[in-house]
Amino acid sequence: MAKVLRAGNMSKCIGCYTCMFICAGVNMHNHSIQKSCIKIRTYGGVSGKFVETVCQSCRDPACAESCPTGALVLRKGGGVTLEAYKCIGCRRCVTACRIKAVDFDEELNKPIICHHCGMCARYCPHGCLSLQETQDYIGGVL
Amino acid sequence: MIYQKAIRVLFIDMQAQKIRIEERSDLKIYLGGVGVASKLLEENMHPELPPLDPAQPIVFAIGALSTIYPVLTKTVAMFISPLTGELGESYAGGRMAMTMFLAGYDAVVIYGKSKKPVYLTISANDVIFNDARAVWKKGSDNVGRIIRDEERKYGGKRSIIRIGPAGENLVSYACVTVDRYRHFGRLGLGAVFGSKLLKAVSVVGDRSAPIENFKEYFKVYRMIYDKCTDTDLMSKYHDAGTPINIEPLNELGGLPTLNLRQGSFEHADKVSGDAFSQNYLTRKMACTGCPVGCIHIGQFRRKFAEHGYEYETISVGYDYELIFALGTFLGLASPNDILELIEEVELVGMDSMSAGVALGWATEALEKGIVTLDDTLVPLKFGHLSEYREAVRHIANRKNEFYTNLGKGVKHAAETYGGTEFAMHIAGNEMPGYHTGYGALVGTAAGARHSHLCNGGYSIDQSMKGGSASPEDMADALLKEEVERCMLNSLIMCLFARKVYDRPTILSAFAAVGEEMTDSELTDVSRRIYATKLRIKKALGFDLKNVRFPKRFFETPSMLGVLDENTAYEILLKYREKLAEFETI
Repeated sequence: MAKVLRAGNMSKCIGCYTCMFICAGVNMHNHSIQKSCIKIRTYGGVSGKFVETVCQSCRDPACAESCPTGALVLRKGGGVTLEAYKCIGCRRCVTACRIKAVDFDEELNKPIICHHCGMCARYCPHGCLSLQETQDYIGGVL
Repeated sequence: MIYQKAIRVLFIDMQAQKIRIEERSDLKIYLGGVGVASKLLEENMHPELPPLDPAQPIVFAIGALSTIYPVLTKTVAMFISPLTGELGESYAGGRMAMTMFLAGYDAVVIYGKSKKPVYLTISANDVIFNDARAVWKKGSDNVGRIIRDEERKYGGKRSIIRIGPAGENLVSYACVTVDRYRHFGRLGLGAVFGSKLLKAVSVVGDRSAPIENFKEYFKVYRMIYDKCTDTDLMSKYHDAGTPINIEPLNELGGLPTLNLRQGSFEHADKVSGDAFSQNYLTRKMACTGCPVGCIHIGQFRRKFAEHGYEYETISVGYDYELIFALGTFLGLASPNDILELIEEVELVGMDSMSAGVALGWATEALEKGIVTLDDTLVPLKFGHLSEYREAVRHIANRKNEFYTNLGKGVKHAAETYGGTEFAMHIAGNEMPGYHTGYGALVGTAAGARHSHLCNGGYSIDQSMKGGSASPEDMADALLKEEVERCMLNSLIMCLFARKVYDRPTILSAFAAVGEEMTDSELTDVSRRIYATKLRIKKALGFDLKNVRFPKRFFETPSMLGVLDENTAYEILLKYREKLAEFETI
């Protein structure tokens, strides 16, 4: 079964940003949370709630649809993978994602695409994030 | 900076509105944090001038390994303290260390005085001097909101540190608030900001920081992360947080109460960690990079008009030290009252411990007729919240001569009006919440910044039970911890996690980012840093032999019973003798 990332327990989030450090470190070998796929931010300053922005693993993703070169390929279980050599850095995927889950790496001139590896969930100290099993098939609107 | 051969220092001239960068390879032997900051303070301070002279520097530094490993979350500020006139050193968590790291500065030195109120925006590519005339006089909460709105484009990778009215009015124990819930609390950094017409600093960190040897780095990261999350750190500091210490300290008689007339509080159960958690706790938060999350936010409801059911709900952070200083020390017996007083102190931007201890003395001085209602303006009385709320505002606004003096610290106030025997400071800094024994008392006096965290004397009191340690052994234990913490604070770690970062762990953390060090080099670093701090203190005229403890420390029984005055001075002088060896470093 394919797995996808879910942020189902955000009331426990303490805003430590460990998920972002882990994502940027593991996937981009970088200490900067700018490079992270998952974003944690405060809604209304630090006195507000912590909210996450994370790939929703759409079955029919707007990001892939917007890509003129076919660099975003549908992934089993939902979401996309980036075939970097095809990407020309047009940023259409960044604007296509309604919830702004696609960020852009200015240094590499490529979008930052979550591939649901689950490392952020593995290192979330308070169980806010999890990897959940999902249907294997590709596409559809489920 | 990691992977670099030099320490990168940003100098900001407030008067000329100019900046410069220095790459200092010679500072690498101080690692980072308090080491680098001490050296930069020593180089840039002017011992012949008063603490609030425009020429005096403010130094911020992040640690040698800040942000890249768990719980290395703090930034150090060093300055000349307007409260004690000597070494000023204060730590804050929040996001600041990460943003400085990702802005690419190991240290920032701010000197000179601006012509008009400003706030600074520091980023990797620029330093902007922003007009702050319209935000001058704003409380510390509003100024954060205004700057956040102004700089919305930077998102979460930003840290805003600011002062309130107390800092603008140069109250000697004004604090700098970091990201709303953390503070450079002690020793008056807020007044130094105010003296430069510096309202706030916003640090934006957004540069790329590639990891050079990911495999090795991540191995060590995981090991440290697992240690942090597998120990009792998580439950102790995350569950009820530091206030969990209220009840045990109360039972042992080490909880300063009613201006230290007592070492325990009859209403301790009402203001315990559990009492706060069960009825007031609404949220827990963490500093950036800390999986523990010890920041506890409490909420209370306040009626703001007599008629028409007019209420507001307010959230404030609380901790053990605040419950002591603004609670038990003033006889406030309900979490609601304590949270209300914390909020008042937050808004004006003062150090909670100093404010509470100053008010404790003022209450007793009024009771004893040393000062009158003409001085205090409100009838201060233990257990009475509304008078204390007003008094907090009076201190911050320097309402009259009395409150101006009280705003210079409890030592100054008592020397002006009398009552030095119950003005509960240690070497000029208002006491922390531990009347545990000689370790806490002498440790705080001997400590470089007169904080309970200099050498953790309260912890030594607990480990050397019964107070049976000889003055020699006690002085040795305090000095050993003081020196070791110089190294720990060069990383800079949250001291709650000091057991996680033992020497082998620290060495592997350095090795994983390409800095091969040995155990004896860490020792050399710690001694080098402490020697630097001692030189600064000496240049500023401080000598341990001049320290005089208020009499009450020897009257009210501590956790280890009634302390003997001569023994306390004996330990202090033993400690002083041991400092000779640092003069040659």
